[in-house]
Amino acid sequence: MHSSKPSGPTHSHGDDDALIRGLQKGDERAFSEVVENWSGMMLRLALSHVESRAVAEEVVQDAWLTVLRSLDRFERRSSLRTWVLGIVVNCARSRARTERRIVTTSSESGPVVDPVRFLPANHPRWPHHWAAEPTEWRTPEAELLVRETRSVILDAIDALPSTQREVVLLRDVEGLQSTEVCNILRITDTHQRVLLHRARSRVRNALERYFAATEAT
Amino acid sequence: MVTDLPELPCRELVELVTDYLEDRLSPIDRARFEAHLTECEACRTYLEQFRETIRVLGRLPEESLSPEAREALLTAFRGWSRL
Ligand SMILES: [Zn+2]
Repeated sequence: MHSSKPSGPTHSHGDDDALIRGLQKGDERAFSEVVENWSGMMLRLALSHVESRAVAEEVVQDAWLTVLRSLDRFERRSSLRTWVLGIVVNCARSRARTERRIVTTSSESGPVVDPVRFLPANHPRWPHHWAAEPTEWRTPEAELLVRETRSVILDAIDALPSTQREVVLLRDVEGLQSTEVCNILRITDTHQRVLLHRARSRVRNALERYFAATEAT
Repeated sequence: MVTDLPELPCRELVELVTDYLEDRLSPIDRARFEAHLTECEACRTYLEQFRETIRVLGRLPEESLSPEAREALLTAFRGWSRL
């Protein structure tokens, strides 16, 4: 599914030795290749904390400079990519703090689907079953990829609390495995799944609202 | 045997979809989840929409650094490696 992305999910520790040696030797090709492969992901992470693209690019640059400065001290307890992405998260969070962007932590309680969509607990026959059932999206999948739908999705991602946004971007948009995402963000697997589920649910809800409005006309 | 399991109503099922897809439900909850799906078309639709949402998220266009930022990084790298 993510095969088009060279930065793909299967980056292993094994590739790191040669890469680190290359960087330490000042091999420009090694550096520009890794910048090429990882910067999209880094930019996406930075954008989940700071408002403007220009600032996000600065965050990515700061992160790379931090990486180069600290490379000799990298202990290899994770893959290089995991470590680099963790540095981006730190840079982006501290930049967001200096910009006094409100840090939104997610409310991790409360239902992911509006309770009015379900029958009450005391319903004689179908307690807590759908009252307003989801209706099938008639939109063909190809159309889910057009610009308008994309902007619905991007707006929904933007509206997420930043902790949920980080997780859904890394897992679903960039296609990383859960263990790597937990290491980058320093969260437990359970917490990661809670954040991911809430984020995905909200994006689905946004698509549902959008299709209900467009398919009705 | 599945019929002996306590029912999993729709309202609870929607909370468990990611755990289901990530294969992190207990065997009992997984059985309840799947038993419910065979009975409930609305939840099958919900699950399919959830999967579709994930697929579409995975196909958003890639981000990339501006050429200027990339150039600035290469310049910084040259300076750094000469130290
Ligand atoms: Zn159901």
